[in-house]
Amino acid sequence: MGLETAFGDSIITTSIEQVADWGRKSSLWPALFGLACCAIEMMAAGASRYDLARFGSEVFRASPRQADLMIVSGRVCQKMAPVLRQIYDQMPEPKWVISMGACASSGGIFNNYAVIQGVDKIVPVDVYVPGCPPRPEALMDGIMKLQEKISRERLVARRAS
Amino acid sequence: MAEMNAALTESPAEANSAVMALRAAFPDVPIRAASMYGQDWAIVPAEAIVAVARFLRDDETLRFDSLVDITASDLLPRAPRWEIVYQLTSMPRNVRFRLKVEVEDGPDPEVPSLTPVYLVANWFEREMFDLMGIRFGGHPNLRRILLPDDWQGFPLRYDHPIGGEEVGFTS
Amino acid sequence: MTPEVRITPSTDGRTAVLERPDTRQEGDLMTVNMGPQHPSTHGVLRIILTLDGETVVDAVPDIGFLHTGIEKSIQWKRYEAALTCTDRMDYLSPLSNNLGYCLAVEKLLGLEIPPRATWLRVMLVELQRIASHLVWLGTHALDLGAMTVFLYCFREREMILDLFEELTGQRMMTSYIRFGGVELEVPDGWLDRVHAFIDPFPNRVDEYERLLTKNGIWKERLTGVGVISGQEAIEWGLNGPSLRGSGVARDLRRQEPYLVYDQLKFEVPVRTEGDCYARYLVRVAELRQTREIVVQCLKNLPGGPIRSDDRKVVPPPKDELANSMEAVIHHFKLLTEGLKPPIGEVYQAIESPRGELGFYLVSDGSNRPRRCHVRAPSFANLQALPRLCRGHLVADVVAIIGSIDIVLGEIDR
Repeated sequence: MGLETAFGDSIITTSIEQVADWGRKSSLWPALFGLACCAIEMMAAGASRYDLARFGSEVFRASPRQADLMIVSGRVCQKMAPVLRQIYDQMPEPKWVISMGACASSGGIFNNYAVIQGVDKIVPVDVYVPGCPPRPEALMDGIMKLQEKISRERLVARRAS
Repeated sequence: MAEMNAALTESPAEANSAVMALRAAFPDVPIRAASMYGQDWAIVPAEAIVAVARFLRDDETLRFDSLVDITASDLLPRAPRWEIVYQLTSMPRNVRFRLKVEVEDGPDPEVPSLTPVYLVANWFEREMFDLMGIRFGGHPNLRRILLPDDWQGFPLRYDHPIGGEEVGFTS
Repeated sequence: MTPEVRITPSTDGRTAVLERPDTRQEGDLMTVNMGPQHPSTHGVLRIILTLDGETVVDAVPDIGFLHTGIEKSIQWKRYEAALTCTDRMDYLSPLSNNLGYCLAVEKLLGLEIPPRATWLRVMLVELQRIASHLVWLGTHALDLGAMTVFLYCFREREMILDLFEELTGQRMMTSYIRFGGVELEVPDGWLDRVHAFIDPFPNRVDEYERLLTKNGIWKERLTGVGVISGQEAIEWGLNGPSLRGSGVARDLRRQEPYLVYDQLKFEVPVRTEGDCYARYLVRVAELRQTREIVVQCLKNLPGGPIRSDDRKVVPPPKDELANSMEAVIHHFKLLTEGLKPPIGEVYQAIESPRGELGFYLVSDGSNRPRRCHVRAPSFANLQALPRLCRGHLVADVVAIIGSIDIVLGEIDR
């Protein structure tokens, strides 16, 4: 308190953790990982009406090495599962996963041999967004919940992976 | 299935120009014809399918130049078990026709491939091999197409379970 | 082993010519993997490119990354439940899939559809065609660098999705077209809102064309790329707008009219050049023609019921259940057992935005389809990719994939 009153309005004090979390949550760059129908709603979320860029997701990075958020949008099938894990492994820490849609969260309406019954069998998921497909606003709600989750993260915590 | 066989014995398919041309061009090949909902088809033996398809494609009056679809039905417990279905279209005449081949049950059902006659048959036959386990003799690249290469089993067969997870309730 | 490099000073003394002998051997080809996670493959498609430098020698698609076992799921569910599976195949035009499946089952049942339902079906399927072509145009342009078109197209698409949401409750996977007709009656004022969208639509198409059609970069990227003649296109199985871009005037709405297409006045755009630019022009012209169809549907929409009253197929409305014992029995049988078409088989094809979408349905008299095979137009279109890409540069592969308009959901099913 004393430091701030001495210098007026040009200085604020906070903790490094808060600044780091604020920076991370405000510039979540998703990796392009559109699989099926949910990908179209993800594209709509990034398009002109439900502009996702105002939440910090300015670009969808094609290379996973430049992304920190993987939005698994669509059903994950047997052939795609190892690819998904490889993309997740290529992303640098800190990274988060949003499982968008019913098929990514739990297999959706396809309870059969071909669909992985929930992407959390392969990668750790932070936020599940239900819907078939979820509205763009639902996806944004999921991203905002993820932002709240990130703002509670501690710098020295270990993440299970 | 017994009723279905009964429906096949008398049908207006005999009046179909393709069926009549086939009977004239292949007098010693046993061809059965049937019809339902205005759609005619001919059932030919597996050995003759390539010659029949080539005839249908090249004949000046028929000109079935486009193979639209190849699929297969698993009619277990009916014998013969497999029915390979070919949908043909003549674009200049705007006419459709269906061909079927019946294959008995066995460890390795096999049918000659139509790739020498129609280029598009390639992927359709691979899909039927992948999902049903039907081999197509003479296919240039008979590998799995939709499932991973090391997948065991043929999911679309009637006796193959649906897979997936046990749930607490079913519909 | 480093090759000898010869340096020759030029006559003006300021530059030098570097000569490195070409040590590439005949057949020195490079295999490059494109996808399945790739911004421009329109889904999870993997292409194994064999390159000679930058030129494509072969482009083999590897599909199956979205294989959902939908045909197995359809054969495991009852007919009504299987309808929801059909939405998710070609996920850019779910209403077309619904329509194909419903027409096939209705043929098996011999069911008559009331006229209002038929006209509503046509109107919705054509609105869906506009929405699908808008996604095609937006993503095709985005792949080639024109991001503005993507934002414009999605702006119009949002309006169409608003209309669908008001009518059916869902933006995309509506399952609105059901056996016997359509599910819900049109809300008040909905038709005015369709008018409000569709009347100024040609101006929007003009906007897209102003950005692209005479654009030098667009024409350079697309003209002469992926050329295929009409005869070869038929041999390679192309269908839909990709075939019409090569001069073959085949449109199932004209050649095998279903619903009320024989009463509608519209043109089928056809171009003869057979390259990506021709396919682009065909689809943009289709946007305009589809708009004409929707206007005619709005004008001619009759009144009446929206669903057949055959109680063996369509559940009775709720208020009938209070008054009629028969209605209760029908309701009970339909919801516990489901409908049972007679033994038979049928192949029903419709013109989806991508081409000929066919449903081969075999019924064994029970309440589940014995065999439901979906003939996806993009499956056949994608098979032609090696033929279209041969001899072009790697960047042209992206343009070609965009121009044949594939949807992996229906390819892999």
